[in-house]
Amino acid sequence: MTETIADLVACEDVLTFVNAAITGTGQREFHHDAAEQRFSLGFLHEYMRENYRELYAATLALDVNDHNAALIVRGLLATARDAGEAQRRLEGRLIARRLETLPPQRVYRLFRALRRDGVNNRRTRAIIRDWLLARPDLAFDAVKYRSALKDAVRHAHLDTRALVPDAPQHVQDEIGRLFYSATGPPFITPIFETWRQAHYAQEAVYKLPFTVAEGFAAAHGIPRKRFLERAEKNMTRLERLRLQGHAGQKKTTIDIDLATVPLTRLATYVLSLPLDERSRRRAELTGALRAAARRAAGPDAGRWGRVAAVLDDSFSTVGSAEKRRRPLAVALGGHFLLEALAGEYRPFWTSGRADALLLYPFGPTPLGTRVLDALDTSPDRLVIISDGFDNAPPGLAAEVLRVWRTRLDPGRRVSITHLNPVYDATDFDVRRLAPTVPTAGVRDAEDLLTLVELARFAEGRVGLPELRVHLDSRVARFLTPPEPRRPGNAAEPPNTTTAASEEAGETENAGGEQIAKTEAQ
Amino acid sequence: MNTDLPPEPTRDTELWRGPGWVRRAGLVTMPAQTWNSIRLVPLVRDEPIEGLRLDRRVYDEPSIVDVGDRTHYLSYIPHAFVARWEGDGDGTTASYGTRLLARDDKGIAPAGLPIRVRRRMARRLAGDRLRFLPLHLAVEGYLALHFGGPQIAWDEWSRRALASGLSPREESAYLGASVAGLADALRLFEIHPGQCGVLVYVADALASAFVVPHPDDYRALHPTLVEDLFGELVYQYGRLWLPVPDLAEPIDATAVGSLPDLRAEAERRIRGWADFHDELMAEEVFDRPGRSELVQRMRDVRLYRFLPSFTPGRPNHIGEEIIVGAGDGQRLAYLKTFRLSETQIRRGHLLTRLAAHDWRLADTAAALGVGEAALALRLQRAGFGYLLRQDVLDHYRASARRRRPSRR
Repeated sequence: MTETIADLVACEDVLTFVNAAITGTGQREFHHDAAEQRFSLGFLHEYMRENYRELYAATLALDVNDHNAALIVRGLLATARDAGEAQRRLEGRLIARRLETLPPQRVYRLFRALRRDGVNNRRTRAIIRDWLLARPDLAFDAVKYRSALKDAVRHAHLDTRALVPDAPQHVQDEIGRLFYSATGPPFITPIFETWRQAHYAQEAVYKLPFTVAEGFAAAHGIPRKRFLERAEKNMTRLERLRLQGHAGQKKTTIDIDLATVPLTRLATYVLSLPLDERSRRRAELTGALRAAARRAAGPDAGRWGRVAAVLDDSFSTVGSAEKRRRPLAVALGGHFLLEALAGEYRPFWTSGRADALLLYPFGPTPLGTRVLDALDTSPDRLVIISDGFDNAPPGLAAEVLRVWRTRLDPGRRVSITHLNPVYDATDFDVRRLAPTVPTAGVRDAEDLLTLVELARFAEGRVGLPELRVHLDSRVARFLTPPEPRRPGNAAEPPNTTTAASEEAGETENAGGEQIAKTEAQ
Repeated sequence: MNTDLPPEPTRDTELWRGPGWVRRAGLVTMPAQTWNSIRLVPLVRDEPIEGLRLDRRVYDEPSIVDVGDRTHYLSYIPHAFVARWEGDGDGTTASYGTRLLARDDKGIAPAGLPIRVRRRMARRLAGDRLRFLPLHLAVEGYLALHFGGPQIAWDEWSRRALASGLSPREESAYLGASVAGLADALRLFEIHPGQCGVLVYVADALASAFVVPHPDDYRALHPTLVEDLFGELVYQYGRLWLPVPDLAEPIDATAVGSLPDLRAEAERRIRGWADFHDELMAEEVFDRPGRSELVQRMRDVRLYRFLPSFTPGRPNHIGEEIIVGAGDGQRLAYLKTFRLSETQIRRGHLLTRLAAHDWRLADTAAALGVGEAALALRLQRAGFGYLLRQDVLDHYRASARRRRPSRR
């Protein structure tokens, strides 16, 4: 009997952690500041690592966000001696596989963190070496992530020549010299030489990757407007998206093809536009959102039957300066995705507005009333996307859902799922609405499909053995050699070289971090 | 901003008519929002009062706020509102005393208190941002209570008391920002559509009531609440850090047989909370035995300041209100209150008692049921020792000392 209780606790702990690792980014949220978030996440990581090391490592195979993936890797490498031989081998494979999917700036940041922590065991060095060897164009990295790469190479005692075995002789010779000086004789490798020239000539700046060019532009005092116009061709897709608003202020335009942007990012972008512009470009934006939703829905489109959704657009969805309008963007993405998935779809925004394109965070959160409205339409599925701070009146949603489950629908005819985009630092979990309704953390609206599946564990009707089986199958799928990467990347513009799927900021800037996190999942 | 406003809230206003000043004022109590020990209760108006608006000049950006047709209404400026009035040069001015204004033409600035701009304040005021000085007309009213001192020169009172009254009279209060958790609670508060007021509870003690005539005014003034004054009690309660519970009762599951039943129960729960709040929690704002004083009148708009009855051991609120309309059409347009701390209530109590008995020490003592010496010492403890002649006070002190050993 005791074992089943222990199992139950383990199951709960794992789900709590997964929810936290999907939503928490250590950044400021509407209700809690960054320090609280980091402290709370740090505790959860340590707790999981000490108590359920196997399950902790296995969560790397789930859709945990990049921030937490890096934290997991860091923790596992720092405490490698606690693991047995077989476990260590599995962890090594999981880590290597996960690092492949992380954006490079995050991996470099992880290497630097390992350096700060003084983690320099043989396995760590091997992992760093293998990851660098697998980089498609290390010469490019050496310019774009110069100091980070330098730190990694020094920390792992690597021979720079051996890192680029297939490159031409001059690259092998010069990559080491690049780390230490920009002066001296010209380089033969073109990108190194451009970088050297950019120290002295403005013209060379525009041939460098955008983030590097930004630094040189500041050093040369190039006006922002002129710089943006000329550096546009070197931007990655996400840099383009991120700089749209900025370009608007500077009265320039940066071309962007909205058809290639993933759903949640697109929603963030749409919400960042002024209302007038949104209504002017209504057809274009709605079309792009619908198309992105259809891509995310894939073969499940139109198969979900009658769906009702309660979507939170209250003032708290404004997020924070670091995660601007993130909860609202997730709800908006979810709205379009559910529209694509459902046969018959009824959205209920908490503010009572009906025009999804013209939303802005506004008013209180009358979740209880909206859940009643949604249940009135007798749906097959009810999806609630909200941060769970139900305040008009507080706790009504919990009461309504409790009475609904106990009195009106004990047979669970309507499947109800609550998706929460915000990690609640004081609860060490996403905030729940009612014990009878499963709650899952959500980072990107695109993950809604898998999360609704995962949420059934949270209902407490499926135990630890099933969860282990689920995790094992996810791990097995995760570790099999990857197929050609996901369709989104196939549509990269050719001129963006290796950095195509990356977010611009290798720099430690927190504002760009959020965008980076969503990308590599 | 007006492109996609949410639909008008639909409420059966008849259902909300009931006892309490909140409903008489045409306000509806909405569910409270809590953050740790702070409970904020929003008040919503069914129809905003159009005839009286916050002065156009105190809005941050007049262009985005629809202030209506300026020719048809009166405007008001809350006391101690800091703004850069047009035609006033570069100086920043705090309005002195809440004022009613007939027109907000350029050039007519209210009586103001020029503020010497120190560096720190200047930074906070950057971009003509507005704020409240931590001052309050009502507090002035409290401070001025029997400010003149004794009207009859009884023997006991000191020369100073007779010559200059209670001057200098001072009281201390806390800035809203120093009340633990209040700044966070106000930042996280989600303003309701149509909201025209808020009641601030700290550890479920009513700290302040704030009502304005129009939702736009409320939006403009909501951030200034953190610059407001709060009494010592409120400050201490803030330090308690007790998360306040949700006060609404749970839904009785056995009474629910269908979805409409459930909806009815949910609505009953919301109304139950509003009734409970209006009758039990908010009623203490107006203490009818207290005094109310007309400060300014303009057409059918009247500005009052009111004082409580100074009953020790009970919550006592001082405040100011603007009433619009006459007869049955009277409506509360503006309200701002301050909760006195217990020592402040005692001081007010002593002063009103003394004044009621023409500043005669013996009569007052008899009315309070204590000896003269005890009353004199109470006055001293309340900080009014300087009102009594030194030799008289020494005499009472000595007699109190004499009595103490004999009691042993």
